[in-house]
Amino acid sequence: MSDLLASEIYAPDAAETPLLAIAGVSVLKAAPVTRLSFRGREKARVAAGKAFGADLPVIAMTATVSGNRVAQWMGPDEWTLLAPETDLSSVWERLEGALSAEPHALVDISDRQLAILVSGEKAAWLLNSGVPIDLHESALPVGTVTRTLYHKVPVVLWRIGPDTFVVEAWVSFMDYVSGLLVQAAEELKAA
Amino acid sequence: MSQPFRTEKGGRIDRGAQLSFNFDGETLQGHKGDTLASALLANGIHLVGRSFKYHRPRGILTAGSEEPNALVGIYRQGDQTPNMRATQVELYEGLEAISQNRFPSLGFDIGAVNDLMSPLFPAGFYYKTFMWPKAFWDRVYEPIIRAAAGLGKPPKNPDHDKYANLYAHCDVLVVGSGPAGLAAALAAAETGARVILCDEQAEFGGSLLSEDGATIDGKAASEWVAETIAALEAKDHVTLLPRTTAFGYFAQNYVALAERVTEHLSDPDPKLPRERLWQLRAKEVVIAAGAIERPMVFPENDRPGILVADAGRTYLNRYGVKVGHKVLVATACDTAWQAAFDLADHGTEVVAIADLRHNPPENLIAIAEARGIRVERGCVITGTNGRKRVSGALLGRVSPNGAVSSAGEVTCDAILMSGGWTPTVSLYSQSRGKVVWKEDMGAFVPGLHVQNERSAGACHGVYGLTETLADGYAAGEDAAKAAIGKTAKLTYATASGADAGTGGTLGDLPHDRNASRVKAFVDYQNDVTAKDVKLAVREGMHSIEHIKRYTTTGMATDQGRLSNMNALQIASTALAKPLTDVGLTTFRQPFTPTTFGTFASTSRGDFFDPVRKTPSHDWAVAQGAAFEDVGQWKRAWYFPKDGEDMHAAVARECAVARESVGLFDASTLGKIEVVGPDAAEFLERMYTNPWKKLAPGRCRYGLMLNDAGFVIDDGVVGRMAEDRFHVTTTTGGAAHVFATMEDYLQTEWPDLDVWITSTTEEFAVAAVQGPKAREVIAPFVEGIDLSADAFPHMSVATGTFCGVPCRLFRISFTGELGFEINVPRRHGKMVWETLAKEIEKHNGVPYGTETMHVLRAEKGFIIVGQETDGTVTPDDLNMNWAIGKKKADFVGKRGLARPDLVAEGRKQLVGLLTEDPKVVLEEGAQITKDANPATGTPAEGHVTSSYHSPAAGRSIALAIVKNGRALMGETLNVPMPDGAIPVEVVEPIFYDKEGARLNV
Repeated sequence: MSDLLASEIYAPDAAETPLLAIAGVSVLKAAPVTRLSFRGREKARVAAGKAFGADLPVIAMTATVSGNRVAQWMGPDEWTLLAPETDLSSVWERLEGALSAEPHALVDISDRQLAILVSGEKAAWLLNSGVPIDLHESALPVGTVTRTLYHKVPVVLWRIGPDTFVVEAWVSFMDYVSGLLVQAAEELKAA
Repeated sequence: MSQPFRTEKGGRIDRGAQLSFNFDGETLQGHKGDTLASALLANGIHLVGRSFKYHRPRGILTAGSEEPNALVGIYRQGDQTPNMRATQVELYEGLEAISQNRFPSLGFDIGAVNDLMSPLFPAGFYYKTFMWPKAFWDRVYEPIIRAAAGLGKPPKNPDHDKYANLYAHCDVLVVGSGPAGLAAALAAAETGARVILCDEQAEFGGSLLSEDGATIDGKAASEWVAETIAALEAKDHVTLLPRTTAFGYFAQNYVALAERVTEHLSDPDPKLPRERLWQLRAKEVVIAAGAIERPMVFPENDRPGILVADAGRTYLNRYGVKVGHKVLVATACDTAWQAAFDLADHGTEVVAIADLRHNPPENLIAIAEARGIRVERGCVITGTNGRKRVSGALLGRVSPNGAVSSAGEVTCDAILMSGGWTPTVSLYSQSRGKVVWKEDMGAFVPGLHVQNERSAGACHGVYGLTETLADGYAAGEDAAKAAIGKTAKLTYATASGADAGTGGTLGDLPHDRNASRVKAFVDYQNDVTAKDVKLAVREGMHSIEHIKRYTTTGMATDQGRLSNMNALQIASTALAKPLTDVGLTTFRQPFTPTTFGTFASTSRGDFFDPVRKTPSHDWAVAQGAAFEDVGQWKRAWYFPKDGEDMHAAVARECAVARESVGLFDASTLGKIEVVGPDAAEFLERMYTNPWKKLAPGRCRYGLMLNDAGFVIDDGVVGRMAEDRFHVTTTTGGAAHVFATMEDYLQTEWPDLDVWITSTTEEFAVAAVQGPKAREVIAPFVEGIDLSADAFPHMSVATGTFCGVPCRLFRISFTGELGFEINVPRRHGKMVWETLAKEIEKHNGVPYGTETMHVLRAEKGFIIVGQETDGTVTPDDLNMNWAIGKKKADFVGKRGLARPDLVAEGRKQLVGLLTEDPKVVLEEGAQITKDANPATGTPAEGHVTSSYHSPAAGRSIALAIVKNGRALMGETLNVPMPDGAIPVEVVEPIFYDKEGARLNV
């Protein structure tokens, strides 16, 4: 998966069995990562980018990837910052240290949501079983990150490759998301 | 004899693949490529059902989805799906079908007595009969009517099939794959636009599949279809969807398609869904839905063996089936003549072509005469014979003044009729477009566009193959240009043959019979006759909307696609008003009947709604907990032991929690992190309470109002730092409170330097409550001094618990010493299980939501949504103490000053005690002054919470009662079906009024 965006952040959780692994598409639980919600105004955004090591993007639905740092646009004053699981306290301290004079909100949301990796030539088709937006590459190019729905629950969808997506949902919604994905993929197993 | 009406050759069926199927217990043969209808006709079976009201024998009328008569039940894996149109059911090996609306059999049906008694059932008879005696309606009339109504029997078992859902997007959606649709798809696809082509039929090609005579670009029409489909299939950006009905056209070009995935398979793979709902957003839509042929409205036009002419031609050319051996063709337009010619060429005897017109085209007459077919001009059918199959027809000569005289009788075993063509404007109408009347065509066609769509071909009022192809190409080009701004000019294919014909008629035809005694059907499925429509007009229905509802014409599953135009003309004539003044009803979704399974798709069973589980869920399941649904959450309700019922379990849990310690999962409470220099100011504005003086490390109960001044949420808020608050909300209010806060921040106070982040699921929360709570948690806490002085009630601190980061709250929703341990969610299970083991050492118990409710009610703590109902103020709840009196403003402050909120006589929170301590009141029960109030007496209030309280040793209740605070000690009544229950009004607190147990 090295040609994918964020390959240093999202990796299948080796301790977990695949939720789905068939010809054409797989659904794998991702290993834990550090997730921080950052909210603030322009000055804080610029300063946070410097301290974090990846600029916080201003273009809607985009993400900045710099090594093992990812900043995803979530709204005009809201970003999700991703880093390796073990970097939580160092990232937190660097950001708070650099931003002590600038109003902002930094909140640890590492445990709030879980990520799954949906990959394969049928990945977009499978996601469209519940994601109402257009997943054609012309409409949602690689690198696009967006909040959307999977059936009835809110998810964050990030296209990290032509056929690979990260889907994040709040922990208690993930059974619903992965369960419906697995159910929708059932027909791919038909002869 | 096998398939006596099958032609020797021809048709698109696979003659090498013979299939057995079963109809009403009889085993029959057909071929791959047949529909159930064509296979039945090949076996000479026309009688397939009984009509809705009169139980008249009915046969197959059409070859398409508009079929009103041939509705059958299909058995599959032990279940039966009713009301399937035999004209759409593809034949497969072993197919089992049954006829409907008959008892005991299709041939002999007791309900047919209705036909003889038909004078008793005129239009609107529901409204005229069954009116007296009034009491008979509920017990006699309605049950009988309901039993007699409806056609098929609904299936009794849960649907074992699976249904799928798919969202899709495209530049151009083409609905219909006849010549116009194929040309449109070709033209649009050529530009590189993402095209979806769908057709309700199994095969693409539409009318071209039964068009034997015509050629396109010099090739047979069917060959052109095959090449076109192959060309489209070769393009990656084109999706072809056969067996897919565009059934609903909604706002912003959102079109719903139903794809029948396995319906046509004999033994479908159970992994496949039966149907798939496509929720499609198309930039542009081309509607190429074609046209359908109108039946002619003459007496007894409904006998089995009478079909619309083009259906006869379709069965012959596409399926290799002759509808009869001696066929009479009755028409008012040119196209039916071609059906007669094709039949004659296949060796069927055409006994006559009776054309309503006095001067049909001479070239047609010449062709007929060359084949030796008798031609009758200015001729109508005035009646038919035969009960279960037509056996002959009466012909009438129409004089120029409209009078009809007998023109003899003919013997026949089938009649093909054509009143002309009606463009299928259903989808256009669903798109909210308004049709316009074309006098020269005698048809409604699409008018102005409301959405990004255009019609092409026959549904656009364009007939003739060359013209239809050109219209399709142009529509496809136009759609692609509008969608992606590109054009790619194709050379339009041209056709010879299948020219646009002339002619057509609307309404009922003249005859020489007693008009009050004959039935000429307008709406076959709902058994509405020309007479009924005229009666409705005589009885005062002057708008088509009224006529439709009075007679039910056009209200069958085809939504009047077959009947509307004839009904409209009959009404127009009866009213002596132009047809356009009578109006046309609007077509609505769905275009054809669509299964509930498709609508529900995946929203069933475990996935009906998200099921949210807490970190202790699996543990609680293993303990045998009973669960309750709280919104989407599953929460442990109580933990029964040794066969306890709920009452016993809750009594035990309550007692232990007060005596020793209880463990409760509070993870579902909403949590919001409010951060920024203006965090305290923001909370000052959102909550009634003051926050600025709350010191870091301290908590406060917060009350939230809406603008109107009514309580909408509450929760404990902890100040983690000068600029950081940990806000909790109710479980059910979490999403709403968050959205409300964000809304105020974005729209009212964008100047505030404060931001909110939901942390509901970041933390798992274990509540440890009871006198032993401190002892239970102490071994695991590091970095926090738990002593009463250092960490008093309403404190919060960060430290570690079992070695993981923790926010520890000292708060209580029970009135006992209590702690709530917030840890990162991933550690929730470990912390919970550690605590569950630890409480055992103190004889503690886990408890569920029911015990939580009882414990808080004993203390008089409210639950938003239980003590409140959206009309309750802080004062009503005796909670004025929670209002920051010195604050300049907060959400709801202005509302609280409204005259009705400060007026006397508001309902106020009180406690109630029943005279008999064992009686537990019903929650929601009304409260009155008198034991037996007169009917219409308004209630004084209602019971909001009611339990047996172990601590009080009796039943307790909370209620909101008018002027309740002034009624302490007085007796009120709770009237119940078994008599009123007297109750004493008391303070709403039943345990430890001084709060001594909290501060330990």
